[in-house]
Amino acid sequence: MTAATATWAPDDPRANKHRVKPARVLLHGFLILTSLVWLVPLVSALYVSFRPYGETSRKGIFSAPDELTLSNYTGAFKQGQMAHHYIVTLMVVIPSLVLILFLSSFVAFAVSRFTWRFNIALLLVFTAGNLLPQQVIIQPLFQMYKRIPLPWSESGNLLDTLIGVGLIHISFQIGFCTFVLSNYMKTIPKELNEAAMVDGASVWRQYAQIILPLCRPAIAALATLEFTWIYNDFFWAVVLIKSGDKRPITSSISNLTGQFFSDDNLVASGSLLIALPTLVVYLILQKQFISGLTLGASKG
Amino acid sequence: MSTDVTKAAPLVGRRRRFSQLSKRDKFVLFGMVAVPTFLHVVFVWIPTLSTIVLSFTKWDGLSPVSEIKLVGLRNYWEIFTVFETKLFAALFNNVVLLGFLFLGPSLLGVFLAYLLDKNIRGTRIYQGIYYFPVVLSLAVVGIIWKSVMFSQRQGLLNHTWSVLGDRTVFGQTQPIDFVGDQGKAFSFHIPFLDSALGPSKNFLVILLAIAWRHAGYVMVMYLAGLKSVDPALREAAAIDGCNEWQAFKNVVFPAMKPINVIVLVITVIEALRTFDIVAALNAPVGMELISLQVTENILGEGGGQVGRGSAYGVVLLIMCIGFIIWYLANHYREEQL
Repeated sequence: MTAATATWAPDDPRANKHRVKPARVLLHGFLILTSLVWLVPLVSALYVSFRPYGETSRKGIFSAPDELTLSNYTGAFKQGQMAHHYIVTLMVVIPSLVLILFLSSFVAFAVSRFTWRFNIALLLVFTAGNLLPQQVIIQPLFQMYKRIPLPWSESGNLLDTLIGVGLIHISFQIGFCTFVLSNYMKTIPKELNEAAMVDGASVWRQYAQIILPLCRPAIAALATLEFTWIYNDFFWAVVLIKSGDKRPITSSISNLTGQFFSDDNLVASGSLLIALPTLVVYLILQKQFISGLTLGASKG
Repeated sequence: MSTDVTKAAPLVGRRRRFSQLSKRDKFVLFGMVAVPTFLHVVFVWIPTLSTIVLSFTKWDGLSPVSEIKLVGLRNYWEIFTVFETKLFAALFNNVVLLGFLFLGPSLLGVFLAYLLDKNIRGTRIYQGIYYFPVVLSLAVVGIIWKSVMFSQRQGLLNHTWSVLGDRTVFGQTQPIDFVGDQGKAFSFHIPFLDSALGPSKNFLVILLAIAWRHAGYVMVMYLAGLKSVDPALREAAAIDGCNEWQAFKNVVFPAMKPINVIVLVITVIEALRTFDIVAALNAPVGMELISLQVTENILGEGGGQVGRGSAYGVVLLIMCIGFIIWYLANHYREEQL
């Protein structure tokens, strides 16, 4: 980065450091203004979420609060049956996440460390599959699910079950993760495998004890990203799960809005409660999150 | 690949060939590939191909598979004539969304990335703020904007308006029902279509919420892209007397081709995929999208129209397949076998 700075201030970058340049002031002014605009929806949502609806609808959002209350949160938590939906979400997200990472690292390992005849074809299938809009798949998938028996479920088939939703998450997201992980594994020196094979390590040991541990940064990044994506899923759950009480939390958002009247402040609180886990993950793992996205863009 | 292989070091410098492995290893490797591939092919690719086949059939989804009737192009004929109002309204909105994503949040994202790349103080804080909406579901984004920003009774926009004075702006009197106003902002006629085309006001309004989320994504991608550009290129451009804009336009931006391609493709596909935000708002009139037409034929009142729903799916597929192939060709062209 120092080289880049030197390019833009060719005279002497260090001399400029302590002088306040009007261009810099303008730059910061613009960035601060944009940041503030960017925060407006979130901050206002937070602000109204602590105020009673009666007050904000009478005095408007810009007024000083007469009282601050948690009742919107407790109300949303109860009306949205959120404790239940959080648990349902975990039941979908955790197993899906684990399986996605394992399965995609299997394929990535095979295509990046060994020469097969169908290497590229396989990668093309996975990469292209991940880029398809979900709506291209949904009509036949819905009919397939209706006809795949699952004896212990209420419907008797995959529809309306968490297994069904998890299954399509796994099948769909394997595409992206295989793509990213294979790019990543290609950057690991081949000699590592050669040495391991000379030492008599089996394919499985090479995967589990050599390659997988080296992929930890990529796996951490993907885990963060996939957690958010699966947690945020709305489409699969809404179409594949008919009964509202079985849906994961993001797709249960309509519980918050009434048919004829909705309490905007309660809705805001509920939305923030739904968004909370992803925001927390983002605050803690921002670096992983961003590197997950950019890993997908870089060429291995 | 095999030219650099010498007798002394037969394995160095290339990936091992499958045939050199023991039987057991082959079996393990086969299993590692077979299980994920099976899942991906069965639940992603077979449905994709089935969508194409089903779009030429009539089927209610209830009767057995053997009763599926081939009807040729009838579903397409139907959606382009009987349901033309819906189809073209949806197509139009999808195109508006796509154009907007490029001209609005994408350009803003590139611009922000360019500014943040200048090694300024607080980059990480700015970055964190612009980017956080990306981790929210578009459904949640829609609901938050609806209840806080757009609300007719107490929304921030309406309230700002009334604080500024009870004036009418753009011929509107407040409070405006932002999400409910299905009136068209402007409209025009095209020769073969009975109804007028044009973006409805409520659709234009939710574009703001979508932009809020998309700009951060583009920014992060370009921030990574800018960091990967060889500083020597910029130096050379500066020595050749380029000003900042010329250097960016002619040197830096073209050097980020991989990022340009992926952002373009992802933006196109995101625009075509968009579903959550409109569905979460209960799909108000004026916000028609192709994705909603597909699902309406599963879940909606006229549900069980597998053929027609699939035909809408194929329309989506046709719109994005070119970009997908283009992306793959770009990515795998130089790939070594």
